[in-house]
Amino acid sequence: MSKKIVISTDLNGDITEFIADERDSLLDALRERIGLTGVKEGCNNGNCGACAVLLDGILVNSCCVMAAEVDGGSVTTVEGIALENELHPVQQAFLNEAALQCGICTPGFLVAAKALLDTNPEPTEEEIRFWLAGNLCRCTGYDKIITAVQEASKSMQKK
Amino acid sequence: MVSTQKKADKTYKVIGTRPVRPDGVDKVTGRAKYGADIQLPGMLFGRVLRSPHAHAIIKKIDTSKALALPGVKSVITHKDLPTAADAALNLGETTDNLKWISDKVLAAEDALFHGQALAAVAAVDKHIAEDALALIDVEYEILEPVLSVHTAMDKKTPSIHDNMKTVDMIARFQVGEISETQINNVASILDLELGDLDAGFKEADIIIEREFETGTYHQGYIESHNGTAQWNENDEVTVWLSTQGAFNARDQLAALLQVPMSKIKVIPMEIGGGFGGKIPMYMEPLAAIMSKQTGKPVKMHMQRDEVLLATGPTSATYIKVKVGAKNDGTIVAADAYLAYEAGAYPGSPVSGGGVSMFMPYAIPNVRALCLDVIVNKTKTAAYRAPGVPAAAFAIESIIDELAEKLEIDPIAIRMHNAAEEGTRRHDGVLAPSMAVKELLEEAQATEHWNAELSDPSIGRGIAIGAWGNGGMESSASASINSDGTINLNTGSVDIGGQRASLAMQLAETLGVEYDSIKPQVVDTDSIGYTAVSAGSRTTFATGIAVIEVGNKIKKQIINRVATFWEIDANALKYNDDGSVSSPDKIINFKEIAAMLPNTGGRIQASIDIQATTHVPTIACHIVDVKVDEETGKVDILRSTALQDVGKAIHPAYVEGQTQGGILQGIGMALYEEYYYDDKGILKNASLLDYRMPTSYDVPFTEIILVEKPNPGHPFGVKGVGEVPIVPPLAAVANAIYDAVGVRPNILPVNPRRLSVLLKEKNNK
Ligand code: FES
Ligand code: FES
Repeated sequence: MSKKIVISTDLNGDITEFIADERDSLLDALRERIGLTGVKEGCNNGNCGACAVLLDGILVNSCCVMAAEVDGGSVTTVEGIALENELHPVQQAFLNEAALQCGICTPGFLVAAKALLDTNPEPTEEEIRFWLAGNLCRCTGYDKIITAVQEASKSMQKK
Repeated sequence: MVSTQKKADKTYKVIGTRPVRPDGVDKVTGRAKYGADIQLPGMLFGRVLRSPHAHAIIKKIDTSKALALPGVKSVITHKDLPTAADAALNLGETTDNLKWISDKVLAAEDALFHGQALAAVAAVDKHIAEDALALIDVEYEILEPVLSVHTAMDKKTPSIHDNMKTVDMIARFQVGEISETQINNVASILDLELGDLDAGFKEADIIIEREFETGTYHQGYIESHNGTAQWNENDEVTVWLSTQGAFNARDQLAALLQVPMSKIKVIPMEIGGGFGGKIPMYMEPLAAIMSKQTGKPVKMHMQRDEVLLATGPTSATYIKVKVGAKNDGTIVAADAYLAYEAGAYPGSPVSGGGVSMFMPYAIPNVRALCLDVIVNKTKTAAYRAPGVPAAAFAIESIIDELAEKLEIDPIAIRMHNAAEEGTRRHDGVLAPSMAVKELLEEAQATEHWNAELSDPSIGRGIAIGAWGNGGMESSASASINSDGTINLNTGSVDIGGQRASLAMQLAETLGVEYDSIKPQVVDTDSIGYTAVSAGSRTTFATGIAVIEVGNKIKKQIINRVATFWEIDANALKYNDDGSVSSPDKIINFKEIAAMLPNTGGRIQASIDIQATTHVPTIACHIVDVKVDEETGKVDILRSTALQDVGKAIHPAYVEGQTQGGILQGIGMALYEEYYYDDKGILKNASLLDYRMPTSYDVPFTEIILVEKPNPGHPFGVKGVGEVPIVPPLAAVANAIYDAVGVRPNILPVNPRRLSVLLKEKNNK
């Protein structure tokens, strides 16, 4: 039997303590121990980006991070990217542009797109495609996702 | 990116607009609950032990050590499943047999493919469940695997299923009698013939015969299969899962678990993609049995390697086609031989390929001989226009070659041979109205088709394809609230925006605002039978159900207002804006809704329909590629898709379906493939090695929607989901030929394969 550990982290802006198995990935812990099921599992292998979160502000695949590693750090999931009472511009753009079909890849794309726009507010199409190449979407062909990120970039400039 | 819509004549208020989908906010905030998101008190986690061999007799399974591990609550093998009858089961897009499904769920006497489930474990957490798998001892007698259709059909090869006889198919999905032709490891034959082939080929000035192969492709939905079951002490079972059809899942579970259908409640959770692959049952019945044994809910969630190994990809295929034409381009005869891998159990979509490949064309003498071949690989399942992309690759490559040899424009030759309403098809059907010519005319007029190619290493290809679409059963119910809002329930799983497309059709029917309708997908206890969200049928067939519900409500409203106003119902008119008027009075929808409670009660209506008026749709893909002759790498530079959709209810989701289908087709053409070694072991069971296209691989696909309404749907809907995946394989292959002068005959044409072809060309 494996050991349980207590982890404390800033989760979507609030200090959160939880108990995890020492073998839990961050993805396991977020979904199964804390109940933040907005973080999706697509491959559990670092290949699809569905589990993307920000760890200390950096985009990571949470299936490739051990839960124990986030002790004392900060984690942002899709549940934490909306502004108070208002969707984040990238969330709104995904809705307006019909950039989701089944929606399972959407949380990962939203977190990745936010991370891009945080550092590069006016990315080119090429930059968006390159940045999002770590996120797989099987439904949309990516067209409307790219357009949505472009729209989000524009609407964030206006603000 | 440009997107154009060639509009059908009639104008609508709601239909054709692009509102935000009702489930959108839940899906961009992470609140939407998909199958694997379910959490229940006391829940156990299940895992499956899988065969490391492609073909082996299972001599013994010893689960005692696994059971002894603290935290493990249940370990099951095939003997824990109820005995399954050897009988056919209709699964919507494909048919199956209960014994085979049962053996696929947990192997009985032998393992027939790498990854076949042998045992399952439920434990208090997933790490312990995984530890327990390592403690199960299995003794195998390893047998030689059969890995290609050619080996399988060879007389010297042993039969994979001892008692299996080749049966004749009467039509797609319709199994007939035992065939006069018995072929080793062939489960079924469909032989479609029209006219006189010999006479046809005699008339031909040119005959081209070619062989083609395509690889095994997975649907690649990003959400893995999952299922959670609670078996109650009164033998009622509740199952939460991601499925394309809740009723289909319920009926399979009822048969497998031998529980009455009414005692199983399937709650369809949000589904993370399916493309045909989320129809069969895999570990859901195991979760149910382990819940029965432990009294606790059991959740199972496949790992990605399990999805690739043991769910149902599409068939690898071998296709030989011979086409004869006159010098003016008239195709006079076509003869196709299609052998599709079914996997370890019968049921490939070969008949879909054989029927659909010639659908766009009027050919007087045609044959398609379709063979469903058993091999030691995972059982295939439906994948978007099942069976058609490979077959269209074959015929569309040959038509491209015909056009080249006869010096006819590739669009002109297709136009010349286009099927029309009333064309007799080789499956006996008279072709209904299709838009082959309209689509080709639009293609001819595109800026893309007419643009100069900037560089000799760039080539342009075009191909078309057809898909028959589906009808089947659907139910819907709606109730009017006293504030004028409406709740709409259907049993159709929302796999890509159907809540929106259904709510829009009800809004249009009733003349109310889209936002006033709250559409919901409900469980199998709460609505009438509804078939799978597959076959491009949901917006079409469940759409008809929703419109009928709207019409019923309208009638009831008219009667109610008539009573209220003490006037004859025939004197009343239901107006486009949802109001009801007599010659001298008018009452709007909100006012009607408000008066309902005190004039006989609120109104609700429900309906079940069986849609049969579906018609085929046509798609076309134009693509520019650049080939690096040194490495064999192909880049997509430009892509335009044209599609006849009947009527686009929500054009943005229609475009999205098309773009997604095109990209899956490009994946089939260039990147994706299962790699089995000579022992039948799948070597690339991960999303790194099973290479699906990323956003960086492709440009935007320009979309041109052509709307030639389906007379069999009140708004003209045909169905959009499947057909776009059909043309890209040949379009890309034809573009490669245009660029470098070699015709790929095996897909995917990855750099390795293309390099070989280029070398052969240069050595000539
Ligand atoms: S689940 Fe983490 S990258 Fe796929
Ligand atoms: S919307 Fe389904 S995977 Fe992206």
